Amino acid sequence: MTQSMPLPDPSLTPAVEERGARVSLFRKLLKNPIGLIALIYLALLVLSAIFAPLIAPADPNLASLKDVLLPPGPGHPLGADSAGRDVLSRLLFASRFSIAGALLALVVAAVIGVTAGLIAGYFGGWFDSVSSWLAGLLMALPGIVVLLAARAVLGPSMWLSMAIFGVLLSPAFFRLVYASVSAVRNELYVDAARVSGLSDGRIIGKHILTVVRAPVIIQAAMITGIAIAIQAGLDFLGLGDASIPTWGSMLNDAFSKIYTNPGLMLPPSLAIALTCIALTLLANVMRDELERSASPAKRKKSAKRGSAMAAAEPGEAIVSHPEDARSEARAGEELLRISDLAVGYDQPDGSVKVVVNDVSLTVRRGEVHGLIGESGSGKTQTAWSILRLLPEGGRVVNGSIFFEGKDLANASEKEMTKIRGKKIAYIPQEPMSNLDSSFTIGSQLVEPMRVVLGLSKKDATAKALGLLERVGIPNPKRTFSAYPHEVSGGMAQRVLIAGAISCEPDLLIADEPTTALDVTVQAEVLNLLRELQAELNMGVVLVTHNFGVVADLCDRVSVMRNGRIVETGPVRSIFAHPEHPYTKSLFAAILEEGEARGELVPAANGPASGISAADAPAADAPATGVPATDAPATKQPASNERVGS
Amino acid sequence: MLRFILRRLASGVVLIVVISTVAFALLYVGSGDIARRILGQTATADTVAQKAASLGLNRPLYVQYGDWLSHAVTGNLGISWFTGQPVMAAITSRVAVTLSLVIGATLISAIVAVVLGVWAARRRSWPDRLVQVISVLGFAIPGFLIALGLVLVFAINLHWFKPTGFVQFATSPSGWLASITLPVIALAIGGIAGVTQQIRGSVIDALRQDYVRTLRSRGLSANRVIYKHVLRNAGGPALAVLAVQFVGLLGGAVIVEQIFAIPGLGQVAVTATTQGDVPLVMGLVVVTAIIVVVVNLLIDLLQAFLNPKVRLS
Repeated sequence: MTQSMPLPDPSLTPAVEERGARVSLFRKLLKNPIGLIALIYLALLVLSAIFAPLIAPADPNLASLKDVLLPPGPGHPLGADSAGRDVLSRLLFASRFSIAGALLALVVAAVIGVTAGLIAGYFGGWFDSVSSWLAGLLMALPGIVVLLAARAVLGPSMWLSMAIFGVLLSPAFFRLVYASVSAVRNELYVDAARVSGLSDGRIIGKHILTVVRAPVIIQAAMITGIAIAIQAGLDFLGLGDASIPTWGSMLNDAFSKIYTNPGLMLPPSLAIALTCIALTLLANVMRDELERSASPAKRKKSAKRGSAMAAAEPGEAIVSHPEDARSEARAGEELLRISDLAVGYDQPDGSVKVVVNDVSLTVRRGEVHGLIGESGSGKTQTAWSILRLLPEGGRVVNGSIFFEGKDLANASEKEMTKIRGKKIAYIPQEPMSNLDSSFTIGSQLVEPMRVVLGLSKKDATAKALGLLERVGIPNPKRTFSAYPHEVSGGMAQRVLIAGAISCEPDLLIADEPTTALDVTVQAEVLNLLRELQAELNMGVVLVTHNFGVVADLCDRVSVMRNGRIVETGPVRSIFAHPEHPYTKSLFAAILEEGEARGELVPAANGPASGISAADAPAADAPATGVPATDAPATKQPASNERVGS
Repeated sequence: MLRFILRRLASGVVLIVVISTVAFALLYVGSGDIARRILGQTATADTVAQKAASLGLNRPLYVQYGDWLSHAVTGNLGISWFTGQPVMAAITSRVAVTLSLVIGATLISAIVAVVLGVWAARRRSWPDRLVQVISVLGFAIPGFLIALGLVLVFAINLHWFKPTGFVQFATSPSGWLASITLPVIALAIGGIAGVTQQIRGSVIDALRQDYVRTLRSRGLSANRVIYKHVLRNAGGPALAVLAVQFVGLLGGAVIVEQIFAIPGLGQVAVTATTQGDVPLVMGLVVVTAIIVVVVNLLIDLLQAFLNPKVRLS
């Protein structure tokens, strides 16, 4: 929350804000039904423990032979135990000791863990390494084994056991505080506080403690539950102090009569279970509420992002250019026909946010259809909807996607699995994140070929090696057995291209295939794409924000804006006569950029030279257009993809 | 890879040595006049001194520890003060029982957690909420209460299982299975709760990765991508949780063994603790530390197998 905000007065604002957050967290806790019930239960428990001497009907240790194992009745509301002691009285007094013991463990754990975590996280150095190592050491052994060992030498003292258990639990606080403090230590507002002359002590008090307070409170609830459980466990084993009643020792007594009086187990079991559940639920509710109160900022951001996409205003006419001789000559049979496509995302409130609307386009065999537009214009969403691989919550809400006579918009998942890879393939934008880092490059190429084409492992391996060589990888064998993190981005993109063409698809969806690459590599990859497209006579949907790439590769282009196509037609015609104001502004943006870069001007300057770039050596391609639209796309690469999340 | 193993092994050995040193110092200093405790209050000062001398307790602590350590590395952990039995024998005769409980519970929690976690991560609506509720309850309720509940319901009321008693595998495999079913379930529930949450979280994260879309675009089914690729990537954090759970289960076994009257390490530990049998307690601490170190090493190796990046770092 406060972490990335530039704060005007670093010494005041976080504390004030945090105090407000804390009050509202408590209020939210009261509004949450689960939180309220847990709080009420715990409050009643603590009150009944405090006032046990007043409420309890009898002395918890008063044994009475005539009352042994008496069922619940007037004298003993919950009956009497194997020594004739009143169960209700014992339960009330046991709460005192069980809670006090757990609180002792909590205090010891919190004092040691928080202090050590603050020092180690804030100052670092040798204390950091020593305490981190010690924390690991303390967590290496099961707590109960250490407690048994301590009991062997120190005798049955609940207080001692719980203090030792507190030490054993301290790493839980240490790690939590350590992680938050070392994350905050280098934040700007802490730097600012340091520069403004605040002492370390005041910085820790004002800035660091406020950050760790909420997580520490949550952790405290969890730790108290664990301490109650282990304390009950020790006493249940009969290792506790026999002179004080605890829930565990009551359970121990009841367990010895489990055959004759199983009902005796109920009161202490319920007390332990309900208390542990209440504490855990309380911690969970607090965590949820904290996350929720931290998310409005996030939500605002994504809403903004979404609105850029969702503003698919109705009505505007699409500028459609007529076919020219060149585009007619290139085109073969029709492969893909998208009509009136709309893509939407289901919102938590049940509405659907439409991010692509009224998109219609066709791709013929051997034809490259460019989809151009700035980030968030819906071009990637359109590409994913063809594959029916939209992120979670996204779906085609209207229109049809006909491919080889089948409407993919309504195809079953099973049918789509058969089409993907074999008929329609996909080249992603970011090479590294699109390879599974846990598998070798070779196995990621071989697996789909075996599944889709039914090849044997040997044949698929041979074919994969051939493909790697075809896409220009110098040492195919080495790359085949390498892991993704062992190759460069350019190599990884070639691997992804090899994977996309491995099953010889009819249609290729390329989503900004060169954006994430170095300028020099971009040219080579574009060349490769052009060659492969011609070789396999594929139809291609090429998503890009770069007019240079369009000029270089595409036969036809559709300009997208706010989820709609605003202008579409043969590349030559659009470059020569851009009609829609948005298309014109895109060209103008290139010109502005071009002037600054001098030599870039000729390539993107006039429509004629733009077209000539298509036939010119591809090395020109990345240089021709680095349009202004590049800037938003590279700054926020994730923004146009992650609408749903 | 070999260097990776050796480094982990070395740090494990250091851990065991440190734990044994600290434990030895605390146990032998903390116990006070050990000879007096063994012989009781009625013994004369002379016999107590004799006993102390015969146990070597009159020597300086570091000499005693050196003595203990030099024997320990040969597998001799000393002799129990109360039964006269070698500590090593007392432990090895029981360790298999405890390990079969704990390993059984670990495997079951891993399998069930994968199924539940993937289910919750993919379906997201009511299965997700159901899994959340189950794991909160499973995490919150102490294992021994679950064990007691299982005994009450399935052994005492329904008579499906015997409430107590342990059958050796060699005696009757089916009897063995029946005798460890309830204890293993009791132990596994807590483990399932913890690991399921982790698997659910990391599968949800992994499903959002770009490579999932790319693999599916190549014609691999969602199931194949999830069970082969996503799970392998989600496996690392889940294994780390499983390692922590294993340590917890080892502790939980102490109590669960007591409930089901299973002759494992837990029983030895409880007896040795009440008697103050220091060599036996010391042996138990060291053996537990060794088990924990070995299991962590195995988990590290599994991590390295799953994630090639770990191998390099």
